[in-house]
Amino acid sequence: MRVSLFITCLVDQMFPDVGDAMVTTLRRLGVEVGFNDAQTCCGQVAFNTGYRPETRAMAEHFVSVFENDKADFIVAPSGSCTAMVRNFYGELFHGADDQQWRERLGQVRPRLREFSEFIVNELGIEEVGARFPSRVTYHDACHLLRELGISDQPRRLIRAVRDVDFVEMEAPDTCCGFGGTFSVKYGEISNAILQEKLTRIEKSGVEYVVANDSSCLMQIAGGLSRAGSPVKTMHLAELLARV
Amino acid sequence: MANPDLTQRSHDALENTVLQGALKAATTTFIERRRDAITSIADWEGLRQRARQVKEHTINNLDFYLEQVVQKVEGHGGKVFWARTGDDVSRYIIELAHARGVKSVVKSKSMATEEIELNHALEAAGVRPIETDLGEYIIQLAQEKPSHIIVPAIHKTRGQIADLFEEKLREGRPNEVAEITAMARKRLRHEFLSAEMGITGANFLIAETGTVVLVENEGNIRLSTQVPKIHVAVVGIEKVIPRFDDLSVFLRLLPRSGTGQKQTAYVSFLNGPRQAAPESAFEFHLVLMDNGRTRILADEQMRESLYCIRCGACLNVCPVYQKIGGQAYGWIYPGPIGAVISPQLQSLGQSGDLPFASSLCGACRTACPVDINLPDLLLALRARAKESGAGRKLSESIAMRSVAFAAKRPRLFAFAGKVMRSFARLLSRDEKIKSVPFPPLSGWTRYRDLPAPQSSSFRARWKKHLDE
Repeated sequence: MRVSLFITCLVDQMFPDVGDAMVTTLRRLGVEVGFNDAQTCCGQVAFNTGYRPETRAMAEHFVSVFENDKADFIVAPSGSCTAMVRNFYGELFHGADDQQWRERLGQVRPRLREFSEFIVNELGIEEVGARFPSRVTYHDACHLLRELGISDQPRRLIRAVRDVDFVEMEAPDTCCGFGGTFSVKYGEISNAILQEKLTRIEKSGVEYVVANDSSCLMQIAGGLSRAGSPVKTMHLAELLARV
Repeated sequence: MANPDLTQRSHDALENTVLQGALKAATTTFIERRRDAITSIADWEGLRQRARQVKEHTINNLDFYLEQVVQKVEGHGGKVFWARTGDDVSRYIIELAHARGVKSVVKSKSMATEEIELNHALEAAGVRPIETDLGEYIIQLAQEKPSHIIVPAIHKTRGQIADLFEEKLREGRPNEVAEITAMARKRLRHEFLSAEMGITGANFLIAETGTVVLVENEGNIRLSTQVPKIHVAVVGIEKVIPRFDDLSVFLRLLPRSGTGQKQTAYVSFLNGPRQAAPESAFEFHLVLMDNGRTRILADEQMRESLYCIRCGACLNVCPVYQKIGGQAYGWIYPGPIGAVISPQLQSLGQSGDLPFASSLCGACRTACPVDINLPDLLLALRARAKESGAGRKLSESIAMRSVAFAAKRPRLFAFAGKVMRSFARLLSRDEKIKSVPFPPLSGWTRYRDLPAPQSSSFRARWKKHLDE
């Protein structure tokens, strides 16, 4: 089984430890891991902010990077980036003249998987050989949950970690308030939404919040840090890499 | 930069602790009640999809069904008026009122009439409108706009309402809820019995039978439509559904989605004017309102905005609405549906900022009983705002173009990333960035910390020692 990493610009530049953890975990599961360093960014932020021509340019690059990749699957540590390609790239190539791009996208899109989706659905594995004796909770990232329909797989993987104490917080499926540029354009509202999430985290009494999206984790960690909270955030990949 | 008005209104809303408490209580209750109510439907998802299909079909054939409505309503002895604009609606009603010597009008809650500020026009023409829905009565006394599609006065506490009644009605201070409603009932009863005209909206307009369908819990609609001699229904053209049988879908979805009820206390089916002797004694006027809806209808990408049955479910689950409430949206329709239809019924110039004030979480779509793809519609409006230049800011434009430029050039991308990270490390202390002194990131650090970037990117690490 060979996978190619769609590392995402955020993990590449800001949270490379998540990428390291992905590689460690996948290799432990016997998967051959490749990384095409011609990749850059899927264009989600540009798309969500309304800049479709710019997004299109980035999408064309993305497709041309991955279309000739011979890996069985293309795996990403992010629900939102996976959703961007899986659910929204089609809209970018919807024109009458875009038949060729649609075909090229067709070489990439069917092989794309979010990280937890890949391990559970494609490898058929839940117990990955990890151990983490701490109390953790899981935050459902919005695009992962509502665009991709993924909520069961991450929970199965967490529960299978040895000695972990998994607790569901109240309303785990509510937004953390990130929303891309919304987080800075409407920072006060974004923060108000975040505060609700932080209250629920505190109530759950956990030491760690786990999620599959570094953007949510950045928002939540940013709030926890500002509040001086001892609670830490962790990407699912980082949890699964722990032995 | 975000629209300063919306930012200011949001700020005021967030600072208003009374409002925050009211919003939390109301939205939490509605979410719980809706969740319980939908368990009584075996196949909720199937019902939603059916509703969407019916709406899609109806909207795609709206001209046919509207003509059927007209034919049936006129067949009942009702009159139909096509109103292109809000002014057309007001003018028709005022002329009718003057011709019939109408001095006061009892109104049931109608977002369509709020949309066109009908009350304002009536008052200016010497016709006194009285809102009879308790929530609308309250905001009419307070001279405010509604803050929710279903419960317009949700932002007010019992104490605030008591103060308001004491000030405006001058009959003492009604301290308990029962006293408040008794005071309102006494006033409204008199108004119902003396008004010469009743004005309502419609929840559904059935083409097959020419029936106006109205749901309510208070009984004010029954009184407004049955007591005065003249009933005027102001109905957006998108409210049409084809057949009476289609109500089996919509009357199960609407109350559950809106208030968490399996059914409202009263459901009225009105077929033309009241039939009583003498025949000319009662009148029914149906005002079909466009006011921008045909523009949305003509727009294939945005057309599903018209599927909305005005249940308010999207408001209750929206993390933004839950925090800022309805009045901060600046017009009549708040929440996700408001952010979608306001820029279309008004213009991108007027409310083009609303689609950006969303985290795109998608909870609205999940809650919508007609499965309107609200997040997609918001994204489409964002793209239009940027294309039209209405929402375009030069620095943001340049930034996006630069990122797109670099994204096609991996080595440049990696280099630019390295430069930004090095710069960011200058702002960090103890692995954290507490403050970035310029926008846009100042908008982040005002409320949250940022992590200090690592010295190496993933791609650098891969090259160095991860590549096997």
